[in-house]
Amino acid sequence: MARSAVSLTLVGVTAVLGLLLIGPLAAVIWRADQGLTALDIEAVRFTLWQAALSASLSVALAVPLARALYRRRFYGRGAIISLLGAPFLLPAIVAVLALLSVFGRVGLLAQGAAMLGLTLPSIYGAMGVILAHVFLNMPFAVRLLLLGWQSIPSERFRLAQSLGFGPPALFLHIELPMLRLVAPGAVMAIFMICLSSFAVALTLGGGPRATTVELSIYQALRFDFNLGAAAALGLLQSTLCLAALGLAALLPMQHGFGIGLDRALALGPPKGWRAYADFAGIFCATVFLLLPLGVLFYTGLSGIGSLPWVIWPAAARSVGVALCAAFLACFAALILAKASLRYGRFYEGVAMLPLATSSLVLGTGLFLIIHPFFSPARAALSVTILTNGFLSLPFAFRILLPDLRRLYADYGHQMTLYDLGPWAAFRFVIWPRMRPAIGFALGVTAAISMGDLGVITLFANADGTTLPMMIARLLGAYKMQEAASAALLLVLLSFGLFWLFDSREGKDA
Amino acid sequence: MLKVENLRLEQSDFSLDATFSANAGERLAILGPSGAGKSSLLAALGGFLAPTSGRILWEGQDLTNLPPAKRPISFLFQDQNLFAHLSVEDNLWLALSAGKGRKTPEQQEKILAALEPMGLSAYGARRPGSLSGGQAARAALAMVLLRARPILLLDEPFSALGPGLKQEMLTLVQEVAAQTQALVLLVTHQPQDAIDFATLTLFLDQGHASCPQETGAFFAEPSAILKSYLGK
Repeated sequence: MARSAVSLTLVGVTAVLGLLLIGPLAAVIWRADQGLTALDIEAVRFTLWQAALSASLSVALAVPLARALYRRRFYGRGAIISLLGAPFLLPAIVAVLALLSVFGRVGLLAQGAAMLGLTLPSIYGAMGVILAHVFLNMPFAVRLLLLGWQSIPSERFRLAQSLGFGPPALFLHIELPMLRLVAPGAVMAIFMICLSSFAVALTLGGGPRATTVELSIYQALRFDFNLGAAAALGLLQSTLCLAALGLAALLPMQHGFGIGLDRALALGPPKGWRAYADFAGIFCATVFLLLPLGVLFYTGLSGIGSLPWVIWPAAARSVGVALCAAFLACFAALILAKASLRYGRFYEGVAMLPLATSSLVLGTGLFLIIHPFFSPARAALSVTILTNGFLSLPFAFRILLPDLRRLYADYGHQMTLYDLGPWAAFRFVIWPRMRPAIGFALGVTAAISMGDLGVITLFANADGTTLPMMIARLLGAYKMQEAASAALLLVLLSFGLFWLFDSREGKDA
Repeated sequence: MLKVENLRLEQSDFSLDATFSANAGERLAILGPSGAGKSSLLAALGGFLAPTSGRILWEGQDLTNLPPAKRPISFLFQDQNLFAHLSVEDNLWLALSAGKGRKTPEQQEKILAALEPMGLSAYGARRPGSLSGGQAARAALAMVLLRARPILLLDEPFSALGPGLKQEMLTLVQEVAAQTQALVLLVTHQPQDAIDFATLTLFLDQGHASCPQETGAFFAEPSAILKSYLGK
């Protein structure tokens, strides 16, 4: 009985995920009855250009930083590496506000330049979009490359030392082969993130020279209410996402450095100007990441108590949406991870389906489906929960799968032998043993959902907004102080939710 | 009686054919070099590995297509016989109840009765991590006692213990088997284990299971293959 319920749930989850991908896409294809304009072509060009440049710059800057962090040991190194993980959970709208507080028209740099009688170029437009993407993704690239450096067996470095390699030869024969394998994957991953990054384009982009395809979809739906144009653009965006996904699949996934014996690195890091360059790089990157956030924190803190009252219901809605989306994503991820262990990789593919679409494409398709029947604004929160849960599913799945695989390798036979049903298996084995991983997955997905500014922009009216959307509105109205305070509230809530799940579930495990 | 009829196991890198029988109350050692398929044979008997062909019968009942939990079998694996996050008593309760309902006074009584002969009455509330290797092995054996199935499969469960402790555990298994009249199948690659423990010995080599022989005779008149295995 219980087992057939689990099988039904699996079929249900797979069907819902399939429908969520195919339904909106079919609606988009069905309504895409307009040709592309010159502006649309320009949006495609800009989308690809900014994504390629953002990804290349992020990785290019990350290479020396990751190497410096790998080979230097100093007080605070661990804290900096942890800090590099934070932007992944930082809502994009907050990153934009933080950058504006330093690089904006009335930001810290502009004020300093004004005192010297200089005028800085505007952050709005292509430069701002790329700056924000580098700010959000360079730390991610550093973490990926740092893993690459750590995967080089220390025996290789010992061999290099015994052969008398200097830093150039070391780079050429040991580090460059690793980078050739790791860097293209990092560039591709960031390219895909930037391809569908909407919040940055919405707040810093715009105009004919800095409009992405996703921003064009938003403008076609919200400003022109041109469903045909929105659908055509949605189809275009889907094609771009699928092409990028196909390209990513061709890249090597495995490192080919062999297995080392995990001996400590005996080779001392190079001294002289290289040491200065390493520490200068680490210092600049830390300032680049911390200064905008510090200024935002300082600006926002004073106004957090006097935020307009409409902020608080929006914050409550955001928390509610984040919690529901996180539970949905983790539930589906756990069901699919178990199915992939039992039935093979088909279900891994199912869990990765959301990567083939984007928030705005999904939103456009659902808008087209819902619109003939009732006002999309009425479904704003439910659709946001569903899409946020759907889009964060791959993250939850990737977090849970390795732990579930280990658990079944250790205890799978016992669970079968004792005939534990699904509920007993979850209650007595899966939950107690996987609490840290489930907590982490819930924390990550809740934080991602909390900061999402995507599909809600297409559906919500003035009454049903979430906190990120409220911040975007304040930003649009140039209410910078209120926007900074609301952004600080969003950061506190996002990281608070993450901490709540991650630390609570980590206990006793 | 356990009857294994023309059982064939095929995996990507090896195949195994086995035909043999053994009666309740006997202790059968399955001996052979690494990679011969000893654990695979046991996994097939336990229901964790589907045979390509052949049948497994117990007292005339065909077990071949039954799931592991429905077979009249207890199984001790090489490791992870106890859930590390549960107390010894909770481990035993899970083996007894499949996690259904709450622990009843009758179940608690049975659990204590299984722990007592293992000398673990005072250790029920402990987690496996806080037990010594010998105590953990005895706790796992208490689960076997509690489940009271007529066939016990042992896949080198005591290989991590020292020689003295291992001998003690094998003696304990003998006592449990004698008490319950269970048929015990022990996988080992140590000839001395077979000599000390088993009434019958079956040798696996190059994808073929020999007919079980009385252990004394098996080692007194070793075949050419066994001589080669023993390095004689």
